[in-house]
Amino acid sequence: MRQIIIIGSGPAGYTAAIYASRANLAPLLIASSVEAGGELMKTTEVDNFPGFAQGIQGPELMMQMQAQAERFGTEIVLDDVVSLELEGQVKRVTLGNGDVHEALAVIFATGSAYRTLGLEDETRLSGHGVSWCATCDGFFFRQKTIAVVGGGDSAMEEATFLTRFADKVYVIHRKDSLRASKAMQDRAFADPKIEFLWNKTVEHIYGDELVTGVGLVDTVDGTETTLDLSGVFVAIGADPRTHLVHGQLDLNPDGTIAVAGRSSKTNLPGVFAAGDVIDPTYRQAVTAAGSGTVAALDAEHYLAALPKDLVAAATQPEPAATLA
Amino acid sequence: MSVAHDVTEATFTEEVLNSKDTIMVDFWAEWCGPCRAVSPILDAIAAEHADKIKIVKLNVDDNPQLAIKYQITSIPAMKVFRNGEVVKTVIGAKPKPAIEADLAEFLA
Repeated sequence: MRQIIIIGSGPAGYTAAIYASRANLAPLLIASSVEAGGELMKTTEVDNFPGFAQGIQGPELMMQMQAQAERFGTEIVLDDVVSLELEGQVKRVTLGNGDVHEALAVIFATGSAYRTLGLEDETRLSGHGVSWCATCDGFFFRQKTIAVVGGGDSAMEEATFLTRFADKVYVIHRKDSLRASKAMQDRAFADPKIEFLWNKTVEHIYGDELVTGVGLVDTVDGTETTLDLSGVFVAIGADPRTHLVHGQLDLNPDGTIAVAGRSSKTNLPGVFAAGDVIDPTYRQAVTAAGSGTVAALDAEHYLAALPKDLVAAATQPEPAATLA
Repeated sequence: MSVAHDVTEATFTEEVLNSKDTIMVDFWAEWCGPCRAVSPILDAIAAEHADKIKIVKLNVDDNPQLAIKYQITSIPAMKVFRNGEVVKTVIGAKPKPAIEADLAEFLA
């Protein structure tokens, strides 16, 4: 049994691991099998993380965070959590490979998952012109006409990035103004390759084997139009990733995990939540990192108040049990 | 780094299209984070099913004509070839059980 297990490997998870390992709690961090490092692994320049005056590449930032956590004794497992038992004093975490890990405290920092448009053809054409990752797929749209759907920071970042490859990038937004930050808006407005289509929703995605166009509906006058293009990048926000804790942890009406006040404490003793999974508002790498700090400190206080013999029994990480 | 060996535009016909084996081609690039994440999973599947399927890698930066020919618009993209034809396409970095399920008909 461990003292603490951290689930998630974005800024919240890694920062919690840095604090917990520096407090000699020897945390185990479950990083996921294919999404280790989280959303920042899909970004390019990160210019708003303090301490990097010239900016830093998202993947490089996450590798540095991982190395910093490992430097103080965090053990990282590249696998996915398939089930959690969070009630009771000893928490049980079951992984995709069948291993079962136990701990006295759990920090849940699973972030959020991209929202989809909810169109049937979106799934069918996913990977065939429909994409959620400009940095992964932009390369394949050289000299093509493409569209980004959305009006937030990530939509502006994707649109700006995609102009490196595409001849023309439409930004399709359902309102007549953006919620993206001023800096990101200005950059997109100034780009001659980007054209904004306001008050439009995507109702259809066309194409047999590859995307050939989209059908739009004007949200003001209901006019339907068709736009020929080769790619659609969907950037319409994200939802907290909570499916593992449904029925165990209390959620807010917006889908985030409910925590007490400014703390990371969930409704279950010994279970803490941090990062985008509790944050419907700010969702920045820096706020997630701060949130991870809060969770590690809360967990440390929780463990310090437990009976000493119980904590002593949890200080020697033993080989994980494996499901037969 | 992956243990799977690289194929190129120069070797593709002989090593993939003319092969008698079932071959999965992993279309990838250095700058693709999800490609790096899925690579060890593909290695593991290849090692566990060496008698059933071979896995090779194709760098899309170095071999753009093949990326165009096979209509790659998203990577990682894994295409299974039999007798020179694509018989299965798996797109995106997924956990090992999900990829094994996608490939079930070739691994059985």
